[in-house]
Parts: sequence; C-alpha cells; structure tokens
Amino acid sequence: MNADPIVGKSVPRKEGRDKVTGRSQYVDDMVLPNMLFGATVRSQIPRGRIRKITFGPGIPWDEFVIVSAKDIPGKNCISLIGDDQPCLASEFVNHPEEPILLLAHPDRHLLPQAVKAVSIDYEALPSIFTIEGSERRSEIVWGEDNIFKTYLIEKGNLEDVWEKADYIVEGEYSTGAQEQLYIENNGMIAAFDAARGLTVWGSLQCPYYIHKALMALCNLPPEKVRVVQMETGGAFGGKEEYPSMIAAHAALLAIKAGRPVKIIYDRLEDMAATTKRHPSRTRHRTAVDCEGKILGGEIDLTIDGGAYLTLSPVVLSRGAIHAGGPYYWPNVRIRAKAVATNAPPHGAFRGFGAPQSLFAMERHMDRIARTVGLSPVEIRRRNFLQLGQATTTDQVIREPINLGNLLDRALDVSEYHAKKKRFAKQNQVGTSRKGVGIAAFLHGAGFTGSGERYLSSVVGVEGCSDGTVRVLVSSTEFGQGTNTVLSQIAAEALSLPYEYVSVAQPDTLEVPNSGPTVASRTAMVVGKLVQSAALGITQTLISSNLLHEGYSANEFRAACQQYVVTHGQFRCWSRYEAPSDIFWDDDKYRGEAYAAFAWAVYIAEVTVDLTTYRVSVDDFVALQEVGKVLHPLLARGQIIGGIAQGIGFSLYEKVVWQNGRMQNGQMTNYIMPTSSDLPPIRVFFEELGNIHGAYGAKGIGELPMDGPAPAIVNAVEDALGVPFDSIPLLPEDIMDGLAASLEENGKVSTVGER
Amino acid sequence: MTNSRESHAKIEISFTVNGEPKKVRAYPMERLLDVLRVDLGLTGAKEGCGEGECGSCSVLMDGALVNSCLIPVLQAEGTTVVTIEGLAAKNELHVLQKAFLECGGAQCGICTPGMILAAFHLLDGKPEPTIEEIQEGLSGNLCRCTGYTQIVEAVSEAVRRRTLA
Repeated sequence: MNADPIVGKSVPRKEGRDKVTGRSQYVDDMVLPNMLFGATVRSQIPRGRIRKITFGPGIPWDEFVIVSAKDIPGKNCISLIGDDQPCLASEFVNHPEEPILLLAHPDRHLLPQAVKAVSIDYEALPSIFTIEGSERRSEIVWGEDNIFKTYLIEKGNLEDVWEKADYIVEGEYSTGAQEQLYIENNGMIAAFDAARGLTVWGSLQCPYYIHKALMALCNLPPEKVRVVQMETGGAFGGKEEYPSMIAAHAALLAIKAGRPVKIIYDRLEDMAATTKRHPSRTRHRTAVDCEGKILGGEIDLTIDGGAYLTLSPVVLSRGAIHAGGPYYWPNVRIRAKAVATNAPPHGAFRGFGAPQSLFAMERHMDRIARTVGLSPVEIRRRNFLQLGQATTTDQVIREPINLGNLLDRALDVSEYHAKKKRFAKQNQVGTSRKGVGIAAFLHGAGFTGSGERYLSSVVGVEGCSDGTVRVLVSSTEFGQGTNTVLSQIAAEALSLPYEYVSVAQPDTLEVPNSGPTVASRTAMVVGKLVQSAALGITQTLISSNLLHEGYSANEFRAACQQYVVTHGQFRCWSRYEAPSDIFWDDDKYRGEAYAAFAWAVYIAEVTVDLTTYRVSVDDFVALQEVGKVLHPLLARGQIIGGIAQGIGFSLYEKVVWQNGRMQNGQMTNYIMPTSSDLPPIRVFFEELGNIHGAYGAKGIGELPMDGPAPAIVNAVEDALGVPFDSIPLLPEDIMDGLAASLEENGKVSTVGER
Repeated sequence: MTNSRESHAKIEISFTVNGEPKKVRAYPMERLLDVLRVDLGLTGAKEGCGEGECGSCSVLMDGALVNSCLIPVLQAEGTTVVTIEGLAAKNELHVLQKAFLECGGAQCGICTPGMILAAFHLLDGKPEPTIEEIQEGLSGNLCRCTGYTQIVEAVSEAVRRRTLA
C-alpha cells in the first residue's frame, strides 16, 4: 500500500485535458479516405407484411449503395440473449422504426431525400401498444403468448397472512418510457477488406457484444472482426445494445460498397428508433399488522419490452429482485413478466428495472403508512432489513448495514422534522404548497445471480517497454470515470504514481473481454481484477530478481524496462472467480442475487404551485453507503448526475406515443432538466467497505437513478394530500388529480389540509 | 439540414477563426458547424440536436455566443469566430478549462466545449456572476451527465481564481 494512497483521492480525470480542449475524438470526428455516409430506411407502420418496395423518382439511385436483408452473409439477426431481432426486416415488420433497407452515398446531404423517396407498400396487421393490450392476447405479436419472460420469487407462505393482517393495503403504480438522451447521438464507422476483415469504430458501451453480433451476421471468425470504441459522449445504458444494430448496418454497407461507411444518427432518429427505459406497471397487495409491520405480500411487476426480446429478461430480473426494496418480508410472492408490444424494443437505462419497481415500493410504503396511521419515517424504520435477515430471494444480509441510522442521518441533514412542522403552518395560506418525501432503497452491484460467473471476465495489465503500465480491459469510458478509477486501482496495487498508469483504448484486437460496461460492475468487479492482475506484474518482477519489496517508482520503471528487453511483451492476466460463499439458484430464483448492495436514503423537498401546478424541487439530500469511495469528486458527480436524470424521470420527461412511434423525438419537446431547473443536490457518503470489490468499492453508477422519483412524488403527496402513482408527473396530471380528489371529497378545501 | 445540391453555387467566405484569417468555398446556406468541422477540421464543436436546443455546437461569433448549427456560413463572412480550439493559449489551458478539469465539470465531454464557451461568454459580460446568474447563463447548454452542479462550481472557481490573479 502506498504511504500516500491514490485510492480515495480525487486525481485528475485521465482523458480530461482532451475533453476540455475539444481534442477528444468521437466517432463523428473521425474521417476515413473514400468514406461514404449511410442511412436507414425504416418501417412506416407498426406491424405488417412488406408487399413491395419502390425507389421513387428524382434520386440518382445508380450512385447509391443499397443493402437489403438479401445481402446479409450470415444470420439475419442482432445476436444478444435471443436471436429474434432481425438486422433488416425481410418480410414482416413488428414496430414502426424497424430497419428495412440501407443506403450509402458520398454526399451526406443527399441521404434524407433518398430515404424519403423509398416507398414501401404493406399489408397492415393488427398491432398492440400497451401492457394491457398485450395481456389480452386478442392478437399474438410475439411467440405463443406475447410473453418474453416471467419470474417467480417466493419466500415463506402467504396463506395465513391475509387472515392475520390488521390492514391489507393495495396499490398500482406505473412508470413511463424514458429516453437516455446522451448528448452525443449514436454513430458507427465500418471498413472491410478481405485480408483484415471487418473493423468498426463507434460510440458504444460493450465492444464484445458488437463483436459477437457481427460474427454471426457476417459469418466471420473472431479474428476477422475488430471493434474499437471511440470517445463516447454519454451512454447511460442507451449504448449497450443498439450500437450492435448500427454497427451491423455500417458493416453491411461497407462490405457491399468496398469503402468505409459512416452512419451517424440525427437526434430525431436516435430518440425514435433506439431503446428507451421500459414502461412498467407494478401492483402491490400487502398484509400489515397493527404495529405497521409487513407480514407478507404479493408484488406483480410487468414491463413493456417492445417488439423484440433484446435485454428485457435481464431488466425484468433486476426489477423483480429489487421490488421488495430494503425491507424485511417474512412472506412474499413476486411475479414478474415482460410482454411484447409493437413499439421499438425497450432496453437498458441506468437502474435497469430497479427504478421502476422501487418507485412502486416506495410509493406503496407511504400508502401503508397512511393506512396504518404511522409517519413515512416510522413505517420504514419498523420494516428495514436488519443484519442477519434475508431478502426476498433469501440472501442473508451479512454486512453491518444499519438502515435506521442511515435514515436518521438523512433526516438530520435534510432538517426533515423542522421542515414538516414549518410546511404544515405555511401550507394553510398562499398559492403554493410545500412537502417533503423520503425514499429508502438498495441497488445490487454487478451482474445478477450467476451472471458474473457466466461472464467470466478477463483483465490484463501490461508492463510497457518505457517502464509505465497499461490496463487492458474492454470496459469503456463514457463519462463515468472508468479510465481514472481503473488507473487509480492499478497505481495503488503497484505502489506507483497515478501518472505511471494508462488505460488502453478498448479495441477487441488489443484488450480481453472484461465484460460489458453495465450494471455498476466496473469499479467493483473489473477493478478487483485489475488489482490482482497488477499484483501479478510486481510479483513477476520480484520473482525475476529485478525488483525488491519496498521499491521506488524509478526502480519499478527500470525493472519493467529490463523485463521487456529480456522477455518481450510483459502482460499479466486475471480471470473472475466467483466467491465460494455466493450461491444462486437460477430455477428457483433464490440465493445471493448480488455480491454487494449499495444502500441509500434520499429526501426531496418540493413546492407545488397551485396556479400552474408546476412542481419544483427545492432541496435534495442524497445519503448513500457505497463501500469505499474510490474517487470522491467522480462519485459525487455520478450521484448528482443520476439524481438529475431521476428528477427528469419524475417530473419532465414524457415520451408521447402514437401507434408505437415516439412523437416528440426532439430536445424542444422532450424536456430534460437544464441548469436552472435543478435544486441544490447535497451528497453524503457512508463507507462500510465490501470484501468483494476493489479496495472495498461497491457499484455506484445506477444507484442514484432509483431514489429521486419516489422521494419527489412522496413529497408531492405530502404537499397536496393527494396521492399520485404514475410518472412522469406533469402539471396537467396534478391538475386532474386535484380535480378528481375534490370531486370525490365533495369539498373545496382538501388541498393543504391533513 | 441544408441541401448542398440546391441551385446556389459555392461562394468564397472569408473570416477569422481562432485568430487566423480563413478562406473557404462553401454553399451559402451550409451550416457554420459543418464548415468548421469538415472544411476546417475544428471538430471541437459538436452536433447534439441540430436545432439550436442543446448548445453543444456553441461558438463565439464577434463575441456573441451562437449555435453554429443554426448559422448559415454566409452569415460568417467578415466575422471573427472563436471555437474551443482557440481558447487555450498554446499549451496553457484557459482558467475555465483548468477549473472544469479540476472541479469535475467534464464527464463524457461532449457538451464540454460548448459549455466552456458559454461560460466564457457569460464571464465576458458579467465578470463576477452569482450562482443563479451562472445557472441562468448556462441554461442554453444541456448536459446529461453532471446534473450541472460541478459545472457551476467550476465556473465559480474560475471566477475566484481570476479575481485573485
């Protein structure tokens, strides 16, 4: 260990200088000689059979490279979990953004007209756009029953709980689609030559997902497919799976054209065609005793997967496992289901199912509190998971987390009780109402269940000829700080200055498969592997008698240089091995769902304007336990950024659908928060550590997406005395909700009265 | 999107970019953004939305902050344009660039060039802005990563350092 530790210090972001000077190279900044530009002709209808394709007049079609499904050398699918999603529709279309044809031309500006000039004649088939529509099965749009995947999690026995219960509390909660809205649109460049094979450069999260998809599509061996990540301008899950589709399209055009092809989506195409957060519906039925203790309950989670399977089973799994929140359920039955509709497939977005089911859980806790006559604070305190108790999947909590203490600290720093008192008085008069709301939650780090075991990630660390060290991983940087944190970990393990370490550009020719950059796994899981591979470097140098314990940085450099001169390339590898105490049963969905959970309590303060029904968030406290904080500045940046997205998810960001197509795919009408829309976001950490993570780290990236929506909507209910169970919660929804509540109560003055 | 094959012929545009006189031949309605990125190789300005909403293509034109995706290059004739590439003097980062780097103002980096130029423009007109004025001044530039807090802190820090200097 360094005398002056690097881990825990806010060292400069590795690629920061290039970013603030505009020198970073994103995919659209890259130009290859002789390059063409590509565009995609998409379905215009949600579901049907393609009858005829006509290339209209006024376009010099002979100058274009045109690709259809017939040009695919291998299997016509984007290989992921299942192989159901075609790369290009050949006969049937199943959603209104389904790719059918690809066009390429040297003049980028000619492409939009050409796309418009292609007309496609369809025989339309009936289509489905809602979860309820899919469940009715009057039309089967996928498989035999419109169901992509179901899970059942059972613990204890629900038979007697309903009889024993003093209260049975029911609620239904829903969340809308949400666009990731990275500021850099999706894009790819592909080049092909027979000797080297296919190379793609792009904006992406998971190089090896694309590698796998391109091998199947182009019928190429692994060594003939190369995937390179360019600097990536935000991703948030939105560049986990769809980049495989765009890479596939660019590749097909490049193979046919014999020239490099660049495809860059414009904002409208990116928002409409690529994946968004799964819309969800969660139903709770909970048996509670007179003390407010949960005796048991049923939770039904359903998500809309869109037209193809994509990642829906995994999103659903995380949603189901998080559905019970940070509470002790002696008895529970969680049924989860992903259904098919004729919308473009929904996909990964920060939180990955958990923000949906945790919104329901935390809204439902407030409903239980009201029913039982306890405060939102007390109902949570009485039901928090304790050390030694088991989660809904029977995972025993072994770390000394004390959620009651976490809650107390959050109440304290947010001045919750003082605010409650003040607002009760303030709300008697005036044209606005104030409220505070709590959300308590957890987020599992790393892949679910056996996921990490299947991934079996590999990490390399290289001692270079100049005596510096290079980390070799397929883990990608897209703003969250991968390069910086993995460099810190390697430097710490090697007792070297941070400046001695660099991270290789993710390139499948150069780096091993360290797994996808998702699931809050990079610092914790990949970081731990970097740590052990780095130790391999020192051990090798020491056992070769080139270095002695207690070496200086200069001595390391000399030893490393010497080793490379004598032996050539100097690389040490580390492969993931599942801890022996982690057991997961895929069939029963029971066991250790995650190697570690991060824990949090968030408190939101809001004002609701009774004239405009606008909700503003005035103060936001975010307290979390995330293991060791490896880089305080980046960690705080992750939390604040996630909360900003969570505020958007709660109050602003509404995808307007018509027949499966997004109607507001522009930044002018899909509203994300600006710098003047956000409250002070106050971030606090507790650090328990984590034996499974690098230097005690847990995952952090997704956690802050889970809490804001329920905390804010709970605060709105606190302000108005009227419950809202669906997000996004827009002013018009509040207006409708208040009107309905007035009608129901037959009086005018319910607002503000409690 | 401009159609470069429309009937207009290319014209010659002369303007000053990052202190250097430049001449380009372009269609009059081509976007300044494309001329900067494609003809002049200045890729620091980014296209985020193509309709003046996100601000990632922000540049300074005669001292005004403009969305270069909305400016026909014709309009740049005779003007002085500054892009992110022109902000640092040789190898020395501008005080704003340093502060963004140190305060966590840049995450994925795609909005950063536009954001720094917007901050530069703000401080040009208002050397010591309040927090609210910084938030308001940057509200035309969208960032999806940071939640803006560390960007606002970076601008405050730059102000503090400049005042000290």
